[in-house]
Amino acid sequence: MSFPVIARGLGRSYGDSSLQPHQTIDMTAFDHMLSFDESSGLLEVEAGVTLKEVLETFVPRGWFPPVTPGTQYVTIGGMIATDVHGKNHHVAGSFGQHLVSIDVLVNGGTIITCNKETNADLFHATIGGMGLTGIILRASFHLIRVTSAYIHKETMVTSNLDETMNQFEASATWPYTVAWIDCLATGQDLGRSIFYRGEHAKIESLSANLRSTPLKVGKKSKLSIPVNFPQFVLNRWSVKMFNAFYYWRGRKSSGAGIVDYDSFFYPLDSIIGWNRMYGRKGFLQYQCVFPKVSSREGLIKVLNLVAEAGTGSFLTVLKLFGKQAGVLSFPMEGYTLAMDFPLSEKNLQLLESLDKLVAEYGGRLYLAKDARMPARFFKETYANVGLFNAARSTYRTSDKFTSLQSERLGL
Amino acid sequence: MTQEKDQPVLILGATSDIAKALAHEFARHGHPLQLASRNISDLERCKTDLEVRYKAVVTLHRFDILDITTHHQFFSALQPKPYYVICAVGLLGNQAEQEQDVQQAELVMRTNYMGPAIALEAAAQTLIQNSGATAIIGISSVAGDRGRAKNYYYGSAKAGFTQFLSGLRQKLSKTKVHVMTVKPGFVATRMTEGMVTPKSLTMQPEELATLVFQSLKKKRHVVYDWKWQIIMSIIKMIPEKIFKKLRF
Repeated sequence: MSFPVIARGLGRSYGDSSLQPHQTIDMTAFDHMLSFDESSGLLEVEAGVTLKEVLETFVPRGWFPPVTPGTQYVTIGGMIATDVHGKNHHVAGSFGQHLVSIDVLVNGGTIITCNKETNADLFHATIGGMGLTGIILRASFHLIRVTSAYIHKETMVTSNLDETMNQFEASATWPYTVAWIDCLATGQDLGRSIFYRGEHAKIESLSANLRSTPLKVGKKSKLSIPVNFPQFVLNRWSVKMFNAFYYWRGRKSSGAGIVDYDSFFYPLDSIIGWNRMYGRKGFLQYQCVFPKVSSREGLIKVLNLVAEAGTGSFLTVLKLFGKQAGVLSFPMEGYTLAMDFPLSEKNLQLLESLDKLVAEYGGRLYLAKDARMPARFFKETYANVGLFNAARSTYRTSDKFTSLQSERLGL
Repeated sequence: MTQEKDQPVLILGATSDIAKALAHEFARHGHPLQLASRNISDLERCKTDLEVRYKAVVTLHRFDILDITTHHQFFSALQPKPYYVICAVGLLGNQAEQEQDVQQAELVMRTNYMGPAIALEAAAQTLIQNSGATAIIGISSVAGDRGRAKNYYYGSAKAGFTQFLSGLRQKLSKTKVHVMTVKPGFVATRMTEGMVTPKSLTMQPEELATLVFQSLKKKRHVVYDWKWQIIMSIIKMIPEKIFKKLRF
């Protein structure tokens, strides 16, 4: 009898995708860097190497990952399995698009090297394949050149959804764009946002004291949330106040400035245990994407429903995606909205209503953040499930590599 | 201690998780590394990893801690001569089996005490010829502070190693060879894998490595994590009459 198995990196997926009650393999000890080409920036690593290690090693040498999610506490294997995107998706695509080659361990212990030319079916299915095509062992990808560890950042305030979306379109040539939405604003204010755009800062734009060591970022103190907040801390009013405060603060600080890469890309990493804010029960993430044509309408419906429910989300993030790639990858050209809700019966019901809107407007949900979507909804919204399953059966991985999530989704 | 970046660090027992973390710590600070182990093919990946991450200069050396007759020769043949010698060899094994099987008991005693003692004697004789300040670092254990039913083969061997280092330190006090004893508590390594250890008392190997590096700079003699220092000072004070009845 052979048991199913799933690989696990740093466990930062929000749901059940790296859990398998029979066998879950901790990949974090598989963490050697294998080679780096100083001229091309090609880096080869074992899958358990973390993004934090890549940054700490290569930013001081003038290199940066081509794509980064909102936390450094992820492994390269996890970044591939979930095909992570970053604030630069509209220009750079998702992480998988920067992979040169990966080694995957499939059923029976065979290690298959795959890339766009060789074993391409396995390569494309593994990118965003949630670990269901085998265990990702090694990967190589190109880092990009940077001259400083800093980001030139511009902050703008928008007063409704149309303004926010216009700002994304107008900033299409900026490498990094993202907006924080006040998810409790309604009526005329619906979709009002703090819009951020950024680019890697050139040495000339740094202040004199940073210019001498442009690739060095000082150690910052970290805030830590040592205990779970009690349930009553999070309620309609505190969330509303937080959102109003955040918007007000954004207005105050709008304009241009220089920030280090840590604060631009990983603001939550500086608060250890930030998830404890949601109390002992924790929270649910909900990240959906709508095709560009239906984005505006879909977003208005979703935001209205969320504002109506009033349970609100602290950090609601809007982002414009570029072209779609991959078999099971989440991004498609259009707008993506990420929200978080404290876990409660009421919020679970809200998410079910949101599912209906997402399906109606041709969107889908991000598997890395999902903990509850029904199998039918998944199959209705992910068009390439057939293609994915074909690759899995070619490499005989269908029964061997499964997670609680894949079992739930009928994958 | 004035540490120069080009001073090589020799690590005996380099495949252990603590050794690996120490290799990263010293490489990050620019030191060349000499990694010694019985099986050097296991170390090839570590060598490459250290080269990619820190552009470190790394050499691999075949060395068997149990083969005590070769230790002196190992050090006299070693080039370049190291400035720092770290012994990170350790074997916990299974206490219950050691009680029944003398060969296993012997292996634990030889691995944790006899081998390291002979090796560090040879290391001391080599280091003393160096012109600058050098150091010997022995990774012992809090288990050597007081014998317990749970692991007294391992504990007594570590106790022997601790006392050996203490004696060596006294002998070398007038030389430029500093002797530092490190006594970790629980460290999250292969040795403790599967054991249920209290989270707040379990160090990551990287934290221990940083502690060792900083303690070396300050020329500490005996290094504990501060929490374990408190725990062990209490445990050492408990009268034998009471201690023998305790189970932990």
